[in-house]
Amino acid sequence: MSNRIRLQIARYRPEQESEATFDEYEVPYTKEMAVLDGLNFVKDRLDGTLAYRWSCRMGICGSCGMDVNGEPKLTCATFLTDYAPGPVRIAPLRNFPVIRDLIVDIGDFMRKLVKIKPWIVRAAEKPLAEGEYRQTPEELEEYKQFSMCINCMLCYAACPIYGLDPKFIGPAVIALAQRYNLDNRDEGSAERMSVLSEHDGIWGCTFVGECTTVCPKHVDPAGAIQRYKLTAAVESMKSFFAPRGA
Amino acid sequence: MEQTTDVYTPYHPRWLRPRVSTYWWLQKPAYLRFILREGSCMFVGWFTVYLLLLLDAVLEGPLAYEVFLAWSGTPWVLALNVVTLAFVVFHAITFFQAAPQAIVVRLGRTRVPPRAVLLGHYAGWVAVSAIVWFVLLGV
Repeated sequence: MSNRIRLQIARYRPEQESEATFDEYEVPYTKEMAVLDGLNFVKDRLDGTLAYRWSCRMGICGSCGMDVNGEPKLTCATFLTDYAPGPVRIAPLRNFPVIRDLIVDIGDFMRKLVKIKPWIVRAAEKPLAEGEYRQTPEELEEYKQFSMCINCMLCYAACPIYGLDPKFIGPAVIALAQRYNLDNRDEGSAERMSVLSEHDGIWGCTFVGECTTVCPKHVDPAGAIQRYKLTAAVESMKSFFAPRGA
Repeated sequence: MEQTTDVYTPYHPRWLRPRVSTYWWLQKPAYLRFILREGSCMFVGWFTVYLLLLLDAVLEGPLAYEVFLAWSGTPWVLALNVVTLAFVVFHAITFFQAAPQAIVVRLGRTRVPPRAVLLGHYAGWVAVSAIVWFVLLGV
């Protein structure tokens, strides 16, 4: 015997309509059922035309981010029982163009991500014979928090600055830049600085702080951005008082 | 049915681009707190101007100072300064709350806990207030 809960799900069918509407479905739920399980029930049993993204069901892949009752959430880690007696309103993530129903286009993020070179940049690779790049647990701890980002886009959906000005490079990109900047094996921080210190980089952020609040992996992008502002300010002071080659 | 709008992208269906509401800052308490924190800088600015006016009056002599005091006692200046004080306190508290996120302090290999950074700010506030108190009143 299980309880039932109403799901109000945003539908956008571009071939039929020019605005999103909400369809309502009633699903049974048990205490271990996530919002994503509710969507899967709708898709499997009630309405096969519903479109949404998901994959791992365990907070790793970052595909199932949606707006649940006004808050950006990973639907696999958000439980129906917490919204009882309902209804639960499920909409696509804010601040992104909607392709269909609950599916958004994150191409803008992907294009921005590449700009900050999210990989370990080396001026010259050392020969294989010299062995691996070794790292102490303390050195790992420096950047580990930022490496937990799963690109789920909840931080972009929560950021009003990104919503108002889509040119802003955004929280996750900056946190991921810090992930590599703080890695002692990396030598690319100067290249990243030139991208991040632009107007639409770190200085676009006015520290609303909601990116950190909604992050399901405790990455703290807001902290990363403020720390980076400090670094950028110190660097610019240094170059002002002690220009290179002087 | 076939409404061509600026959202049409070749080779893609029409994408829906919902607009951000003008009143987005009323949608969440956190957004409202943010707007109040940012807006409070106007009041911080006013306090600075007020201090400069006070300094100017003091430098001009006892008469100007008396005039300044009388002006400060008028209801609207008093009311403005009460509101300003509230906003400046709000600004300081929210600023301090944000500080541990931006300032990561290390002692050797360990990171100083964010709470200690926060308490350090409050300790600094108390210390500076005590010095100002001592200089002004000598007690």
